Amino acid sequence: MIDPIPAVPHLEEGAGPGTAEELPDPEPAGDPVMSLQGVTVAFAGRKAVRDVSFDVHVGEITALIGPSGSGKTTLLRALNRMHDTVRTASVTGTVLLDGTDIYAPTTDPTLLRSRVGMVFQRPNPFPTMSIYENAVAGLRFNGVRKKALLDEAAESALVAAVLWDSVRDRLNAHASTLSGGEQQRLCIARALAVEPEVLLMDEPTSALDPIATKRIEELVGELKHRVTIIIVTHNMQQAMRVSDRCAFLLMGEDKAGELIEFGSTAKLFSEPSDPRTLDYVNGRFG
Amino acid sequence: MFPDGAYRGLLAVAGAVFVALVAWFVVSLIVQARPAFSTLGFSWIVQKVWDPGHGKYGLLPFILGTIETTAIALVFAVPIGLGTALALAYLVPHRLRAGLGTAVELLAAVPSVVYGLWGLIVLAPLFRDHVEPALTSVLGWTGLFSGPNEGVGLLLAGIILFVMVLPTMVAISRDVLAVVPVEQVEGAMALGATRWQVLRKVVVPGARTGLLGAFTLATGRALGETVAVALVIGNSPYVAHSVKSAAATLASLIVNNFGEATGTQLSVLFAAGLVLLVIGICVNALARVLVRNTARSGVTSVAVA
Amino acid sequence: MTTLAFDPSADPNLVRRRKIQNVAAASLGRRKVYSRIAIGICWVSLALAIVPLVAVIAYVVAKGLPAWNIDFFTQSTTPEGIPGGGVWNAIVGTVEIGVIATAVTVPIGLLCGLFLAESDGRIAESVRFTADVMTGMPSITIGIFGYIAIVRNTGGYSALAGAFAIGFIMLPVIMRAGETAIRGVPHQLSEAALALGARRATIARRVVVPAAMPGIITGVLLAVARGLGETAPLLLTIFGNQYLKWNPTKPIEALPLAIYNNSSQPYADLIQIAWGAALLLMVVVLVLSIGSRVLATVLQRERR
Repeated sequence: MIDPIPAVPHLEEGAGPGTAEELPDPEPAGDPVMSLQGVTVAFAGRKAVRDVSFDVHVGEITALIGPSGSGKTTLLRALNRMHDTVRTASVTGTVLLDGTDIYAPTTDPTLLRSRVGMVFQRPNPFPTMSIYENAVAGLRFNGVRKKALLDEAAESALVAAVLWDSVRDRLNAHASTLSGGEQQRLCIARALAVEPEVLLMDEPTSALDPIATKRIEELVGELKHRVTIIIVTHNMQQAMRVSDRCAFLLMGEDKAGELIEFGSTAKLFSEPSDPRTLDYVNGRFG
Repeated sequence: MFPDGAYRGLLAVAGAVFVALVAWFVVSLIVQARPAFSTLGFSWIVQKVWDPGHGKYGLLPFILGTIETTAIALVFAVPIGLGTALALAYLVPHRLRAGLGTAVELLAAVPSVVYGLWGLIVLAPLFRDHVEPALTSVLGWTGLFSGPNEGVGLLLAGIILFVMVLPTMVAISRDVLAVVPVEQVEGAMALGATRWQVLRKVVVPGARTGLLGAFTLATGRALGETVAVALVIGNSPYVAHSVKSAAATLASLIVNNFGEATGTQLSVLFAAGLVLLVIGICVNALARVLVRNTARSGVTSVAVA
Repeated sequence: MTTLAFDPSADPNLVRRRKIQNVAAASLGRRKVYSRIAIGICWVSLALAIVPLVAVIAYVVAKGLPAWNIDFFTQSTTPEGIPGGGVWNAIVGTVEIGVIATAVTVPIGLLCGLFLAESDGRIAESVRFTADVMTGMPSITIGIFGYIAIVRNTGGYSALAGAFAIGFIMLPVIMRAGETAIRGVPHQLSEAALALGARRATIARRVVVPAAMPGIITGVLLAVARGLGETAPLLLTIFGNQYLKWNPTKPIEALPLAIYNNSSQPYADLIQIAWGAALLLMVVVLVLSIGSRVLATVLQRERR
């Protein structure tokens, strides 16, 4: 069937006033550390995220924003192959880490996950391990046995997670003795100790009180010099405060999340190029 | 119907009836076992000779037989039970899990006398003609396999007990393993742990109290099992010198001698029952505390969106 | 230091990253092999667990079915060598014991279950704990209790003594299953009735127990399945009887006893009877166990 003539004519817009004060949206130099190309995630044949492409650059914080159900977490979990455990899940498209496809048959998922760390919605320290054991758990999983290296990495990670000063005297205490915010920082330290290249954070403050949230946000800002961060958040203020670049996802007609817009945080929040982004950042839905 | 007070009273009476029954149960065993202690003292419990005709009631062979059969059962049941529970909780495809789990629970319901019959008629000849000769030729140097191949004996009793306690152990272990929060599992995976590292370092430690409870319950079942053991152990009142030897347990002693026992001998059998009762209370109380604590601290696993 | 900021070899974190990634890559093969072996052992365990359990059932079916014929279900046991014996006397005994034990135990067990479900104090907690401990008590000790309490006091072995022992084994199971089922009834139901001024006893009878019925039935059937399979307590309480007896105050036969006593006889025809009885007992127990689950599911579905 041939499309009928569009009922609404396409409106021509002249060069508006926006061009005069165009916001910076520079492409950073160099190759991206992670590159998503047409990533689609489906569960039992039903697409949850469709055809998402963007690049993640070294030393930046990229936020995935969007209303609930837009597939932010699903997309994030595709980036360290967490969907591998779900038999019905399939990920198509390409995710490049330093130019190598992480879904290539030659890529080992366990090795990949030591390079792409993850922090979860709720603090999940291992309850049977001490604070120290939690901090070095990832290193132990990855075969590190040298005490010197374990100690050095644990201290460095705990310092980076702003936890060292409060736990240095009780490293052998159980992780459950920490407060919720401290537990989440321990989980960040646990992920950092493996020295990943990319750190995925899935709404890391959703289970925390405002004060603990603020401290985690400050921490995230400082960590970007050490590790590239991709953070999922449903809190636009948080995305604005911490991120350099934003990917806005929205549920499409068949309930699959789609990438609506990707760009620098400043531009996305003040001058989005898509009206749906504007609606979202202005709080009109979601 | 009743006013609330009378209703509550009725319920309390029902509870009291149960407690009274249990109290009666414990007290009657103590009372009936007392003559054995008042006429014989206490040393007979650890003496070696069982010869009622000459007034000798040494319980040591039966205590040892109980411990040995249980030990053989656990040597197999602990690793195999844990492996099976891990497979059922984490490795078997989701759609098979419920079915296999139910099958295991149903097998726990197969009456013990059926296992005994199978052990006596099917396994005993198999052990006598094949398993025991093979084990003797391979492991004879350990000295554990001396003596003739008879089929019935400690080894067969232990193996039958292993088969019998396995469903109990697997069903409870699987439950306590499955309540380890999925967040913990994913947390380990996300750090680059292999599948086995996740199970070994996070899942098993997370469930360790409940697992201990499962093993304890299985131990209790093995220690007190009567008819299946009585059918396949050979019922010999001597301290076993080899795992192939015929032996007896406290429980099998009771059923085999009950018919003709009178006087002191009967009281001795009641005393053996009392020993089983005490073991039963200790083991089950411990197991319940362990399993209950796990259930209490077990965080309900919330699927991550 | 600032002058060296872009020299990657001087950044301690990057140095450590390289070290860790090297170790991770070098140990990957070993870790994966180790994991495969351990996971493989779990699968082997599963197989090892299934084989004997399947073998038991397969043998009982294969050896028991040939024993099933008209005589098996209608005749009492005959002495060895005399053909045509069955287990009718044992079936009658098992049914008799099961019916008496269930009839007495279910009301008491349900009241105890209500008691446990409606009270949260220390006393209820210790009653609950006692019930849990009793569930795992060696059944031979309960047989001894039945002997001391009933056989001795009534002057002989009897179906009643057997029913007493079996009922005492079933009681804690029914209590706990009843409690769990009753606790599963939504509070709104009983609170709504309470707000209407209904008495607690009425609420229990009209609202709570009917709502908990699927769980209660499951629990009762499971308890019956467990009770019918017990052998050791019967050895000490009903003694066994070659002949058909309906009188519950006399020694009677039961299926577990028919299996136990016949299996250790050196006669093929008696062993055949034992296999047939084992198959019958296993079928009854499994039907009760499976039936309880199916029934619970069906009742639950009807309610919605």
